[in-house]
Amino acid sequence: MATILQTRGLKKFFGGLRAINGVDLAIEEGELRCLIGPNGAGKSTLFKLILGSYPPSAGVILFKGDDITTLQPHLRVQRGMSIKFQVPGIFLALPVEQNLRIALQRAHRGPALDQALERLLELIELGQQRGELAANLSHGQQQWLEIAMAVALQPAILLLDEPTAGMSPEETFKTGELVKKLNASGMTIVVIEHDMAFVRQIAKRVTVLHFGQVFDDGSLDKIVRNEDVVRIYLGKV
Amino acid sequence: MRRWLTLVDGPQTLGHGVAFWLAFCAIVLGAAVLPAFVDAFLITNLTYFMVWVFMALGLSLIWGYAGILSFGQTAFFGLAGYTYGVIGLNLGDAGLWTWFALLISLVLPAMLALVVGYFMFYGGVRDVFVGIVTLSITLVFETFMAQTAGPEWTIGTARLNGFNGMSNMPPLTFPWGDSPLVFDGPPFFWLVLALVVLVYVGLRILVNSRFGNVLVGIRENPDRAEMLGYNVRLYQLAVFVIGSVLAGMSGVLYTLWGSYITPSSMGLTAAALPIIWVAAGGRKDITATLLATVFLTWLSQQLAVKGNQYALIWMGAILLVVVMFAPEGLFVTVWQKLRDRRRMRRVATAPETVSFPSG
Repeated sequence: MATILQTRGLKKFFGGLRAINGVDLAIEEGELRCLIGPNGAGKSTLFKLILGSYPPSAGVILFKGDDITTLQPHLRVQRGMSIKFQVPGIFLALPVEQNLRIALQRAHRGPALDQALERLLELIELGQQRGELAANLSHGQQQWLEIAMAVALQPAILLLDEPTAGMSPEETFKTGELVKKLNASGMTIVVIEHDMAFVRQIAKRVTVLHFGQVFDDGSLDKIVRNEDVVRIYLGKV
Repeated sequence: MRRWLTLVDGPQTLGHGVAFWLAFCAIVLGAAVLPAFVDAFLITNLTYFMVWVFMALGLSLIWGYAGILSFGQTAFFGLAGYTYGVIGLNLGDAGLWTWFALLISLVLPAMLALVVGYFMFYGGVRDVFVGIVTLSITLVFETFMAQTAGPEWTIGTARLNGFNGMSNMPPLTFPWGDSPLVFDGPPFFWLVLALVVLVYVGLRILVNSRFGNVLVGIRENPDRAEMLGYNVRLYQLAVFVIGSVLAGMSGVLYTLWGSYITPSSMGLTAAALPIIWVAAGGRKDITATLLATVFLTWLSQQLAVKGNQYALIWMGAILLVVVMFAPEGLFVTVWQKLRDRRRMRRVATAPETVSFPSG
């Protein structure tokens, strides 16, 4: 399998804080990877570096073999990246349908857009609430809407930053099945998550970040047997 | 054609359907035949109320739809007005020169907006700082023009004239055999009315198009819009230029209306007025903005004419009341209330689908 996303020696310093301190990460095409680690480990910062919200202090980012380290964020998205933010990043004052239309209209037109819209509404089970303002949705529904907006771009790689934060166990489970379904359709997905039940449900491979560095990496079974990982992160759960 | 027609109707604009557009046509036709029935003074006044609409619509587009609070619409207004003055006084009303002056008066604000907007949006200026930068520009313009009273401040044959302002620019003139068509009085009224209709319908299509969808997306959440692959800064720049050109259009038409332009048209008071019109009506809707602008300029004038020196204080009071009680704008709030009530009534009169056990 080809490597779709790679970081080499990636660093990000905020003043004296080494948020990301030399991360080498390689995501294979079609992979479903989980990123875990304690708060402040640099997980969200890593996503922001990958998408270009912050310029890195050092290191390179390769996407589909091209160096995109200095590429503008919207151009990275146009090349096939997509993200669901940690805090729901949707258009609160607009109806559900309009949220999805804005996401879809860059790649779709006319009847194709309408069909894609119906498919997405079905995927996140919000067909009934299509005319509702996004602000009136439950927290879980807002998360789903944002996932649908990210998926609407038909990305080569989908980055999900805590997709189940604030969800009930049932909603979390459904989200897990949704993520697995998207991955099965061929989408490469990287997930930041704290909920270990969710990680168990979806992950084949897990990367642990700690103090801005890759602390451990491998199958979930290997990770949970690593005593150091248990001490710094899992033990607290 | 059909797609364009549907774009006129929504989703980013209030008012749609046959009834709305019939009312719209009736108002426009009614206005168009008005010069046959009323005196010239009223026509001049109506023209004056409509002259400001473009600047307000431009601000509604920039602020209400794209979420950028520009406090500097008057800079483009003034630039356009003075440009028309300088070119008009130099070239006169022969041939098509007045139309050339009109064109250049719209091109210059576009170029200024392009330069200012480029540095602001690509330089990462956001939120309230856009307001501060644009307000500074209009105040600098006012200060600069105010000190041009001396004879050395002459461009060709046009004296800038400091705080006294420029006057005696020629009206728009179209060569037509022996008696050229002069856009003064009713013809100027019709021209401005036609422009209002054209700009209003054009903006409805624009804000309901794919471009408009992205604009409201950027207003609601610029980070999300960017992460959907849209070049946010380019959209902001584009909308800033369009809105500024509309301010310029008001500036030219104002200069033509009174054959007069002064630095105070770019001052703090002048700069605050468009904000009040747009906020009072409802910045997120161009129809509300249009209605509020005509109404409030009329009200201002009535208050001033009746000897009330406090027209501006009234405008401030209206802004405060709106911000406190109808933050979405007076017209938009009333509109939504009426719509909700109609919906409630429809639900209430709908046939019962649920039967309750009796007793």
